Amino acid sequence: MNYVIIGNSVAAVGAIRGIRTIDTTGNITVISRESHTAYGRPLISYLLGGTVTEKRMAYLPEGFYEQHRVNLLLNSEAVAVDPAKKQIKLASGDSIPFDRLLIATGGDPFVPPIEGLAGKEQVFTFTTWDDAAKLKGLAADIDRVVVIGGGLIGLKAAEGLHQLGKRITIIELADRILSAAFDRTAGRIVAKKMKANGIDVITEDTVVKVEGEGVGITGVTLKSGDFVPCDTVVVAIGVRPAAGFLKGSKVEINRGIVVNDAMETSVKGIFAAGDVTEARDFFSASKNPMPIWPDAYIQGDIAGVTMAGGTKSYDGGLAMNSIELFKVPTISMGITNPAEPKEYEILTWLDQESYQYRKVVLQGNIVVGAVLVGNVERAGIFAGLIREKVDTTQFRDKLLAPDFGFIHLTREIRDALFAPVGKVA
Amino acid sequence: MKRIYTLEDVCIGCHLCEVACITEHSVSKDPVKAFLHEPVRSISRCTVEEWDGGVISLSTTCRHCDEPACLQACISGAIQKNDQAVVRIDTEQCVGCWSCVMACPYGAIQRNLVKKKANKCDLCPDRLSPACVDACPNRALVYKEGSQK
Repeated sequence: MNYVIIGNSVAAVGAIRGIRTIDTTGNITVISRESHTAYGRPLISYLLGGTVTEKRMAYLPEGFYEQHRVNLLLNSEAVAVDPAKKQIKLASGDSIPFDRLLIATGGDPFVPPIEGLAGKEQVFTFTTWDDAAKLKGLAADIDRVVVIGGGLIGLKAAEGLHQLGKRITIIELADRILSAAFDRTAGRIVAKKMKANGIDVITEDTVVKVEGEGVGITGVTLKSGDFVPCDTVVVAIGVRPAAGFLKGSKVEINRGIVVNDAMETSVKGIFAAGDVTEARDFFSASKNPMPIWPDAYIQGDIAGVTMAGGTKSYDGGLAMNSIELFKVPTISMGITNPAEPKEYEILTWLDQESYQYRKVVLQGNIVVGAVLVGNVERAGIFAGLIREKVDTTQFRDKLLAPDFGFIHLTREIRDALFAPVGKVA
Repeated sequence: MKRIYTLEDVCIGCHLCEVACITEHSVSKDPVKAFLHEPVRSISRCTVEEWDGGVISLSTTCRHCDEPACLQACISGAIQKNDQAVVRIDTEQCVGCWSCVMACPYGAIQRNLVKKKANKCDLCPDRLSPACVDACPNRALVYKEGSQK
C-alpha cells in the first residue's frame, strides 16, 4: 500500500502515527513545500520574539521519520492530483503514485487587494517559519508596524514584534480583537492589557490604502479617514485552504475540502485533515473549517487510521484556544458568544482590575462553551464536560468557582474517572 | 499499563501525596529542603480536592491516556508518550502556552508560573511505585494495572 501525505505539519504527524497503528509495512511518502521537518508552527511568534531558539522549533523527537519509516520529500510542491491515474504531479515535473492520499496542506494567508499594497517591500504575512525568519532578519529596518487583523495570527505577530522593541498598531474590522474566540468582555480585557503595554488597538476600522512612494511605506489610511504612520505592514486577515492544486480533481471544496467523519473527501481514496478541511461541527450537523492545532492532530489521526483500513470516527470540531498575551493567560472553548443568546444561559464573573474573567455558556443543563481569563487552571475540565455532554444540574452553582473541580461533580463521575476497577489488593 | 487510582472513601485529605510529589520532583528530594530552601519549589502533579470542610476529598492525577488530549494539543512537541506508554512532558521544550491545560479533561496539568512551564505526572521514573502512592497513610491511592478510566 502506498500512502502519500501532502503537507508536513501536525495533521500529517497525526496521520503518520494513525497509519502505523494499523499498517506497519506500507510505504508512507510525505511531500512538503517547506524546507523544514515538522515544526511547532504556532511557535513562530516565540521565534520572532526571541523566546524560543531555532533548535526548539522541532516538533518531533529525533528519529521520528526513520522510526515510522517515512519517505520525506522536502522542498517539493504538489501542483496537481489525478484521481483516475492515482498520481500526484510535483512542481519539479516528477509524478508520484498513490493508493491512498491525504491532503494536509493547511492554509495559505489571504492578502486582500488593498490600494497601494502591491509592489511594496515591507509587507509580510505570518504563518510559516520562513515568514518569521524574514521578519527577524529585517528587524533593523523596522520601526513602526501596522498589523491588519486582530485575530490570533495578528496578535501573535504583534507580540513577537513588540518583544523586538517595535511600535505596533493593530487594525481590526470587528468591535474587538479575537472576535472568533472571545466575547466582548474578554476582548476588551486583553485589548486593555495590550494598550497598557504600548500596542495601539484600533477596532471597527480597516485599511483602505497603503501610502508611500515606490517600494517604501510611509503609513496607512483607514476607512475612518485616520492615517497611521508605519514602515511595515503585516497582513493577518485570515487563511484560505491551500487547495489550489486540486483544481480539476473533482475533490469537493467549499470553504475547505469537504470531508466526512472518516476524513474522506468526495473522491474515494483521497482524504483530508487539518486547516485545509471543512469537517462536521461538534454542536451541529453543519460543516465548518476549524483551523486549530489540536483538531488538526485529531483529524490527522482519524484520517491515518481510516486510510489504513481501520475504523475511527470524528466527534466534530470543538473550537479551543489558549492564548497568553502580555502575561494574561486566556482559554476559550466551544460556543463563547452565542448568536441567539435567548437559547442559552450565560454565567459570568468579572474582576476587570486584576484581568480576571470567567464565563460559562449553558444550553439546557449542558455546558457548551467557556471563557477563562487570568486564572486558567484546569480549564480542560470544561472541555471534558462539553465533550461528554455532562448534565450540570447538581453543580451548576459551582461552575464559576475559582477552584471548580471534580469534587463538585457527582460521585458517579468521580468514580468513573478516578476509582480503580476490580479488586484492590 | 499501571496507573494511579483513587479510593475516595478512604482519602483523609491530608495532602501527603502532594508533599511526596513535590519532594520527589525537587532537586534535593528532601521535604524540608524542597519546601524551605530550594529557590523554586516544584509543583505537585497530583491535586487534592476538598469540599465541605474536607468531609469529602480525593486526590486526582494524570490518567496517562491512550490518546492523550494534552499531547494532541501540545504545540511544541514537548508532550510525548514514551515506550512504556507514560505520557511525559519535556519541560525544556515546553513554551508555557497552556494548550495542554486547555485540553486535559482530567485537569491534570499544572502551571509552574515561576518557570512558565507546564508540569504533569511522570509516574516517578526513579522509583518502583509513585511517591504519592507510597506516601498515602490510608492507602487511598492505588497503583495497579488498569485502563484509562
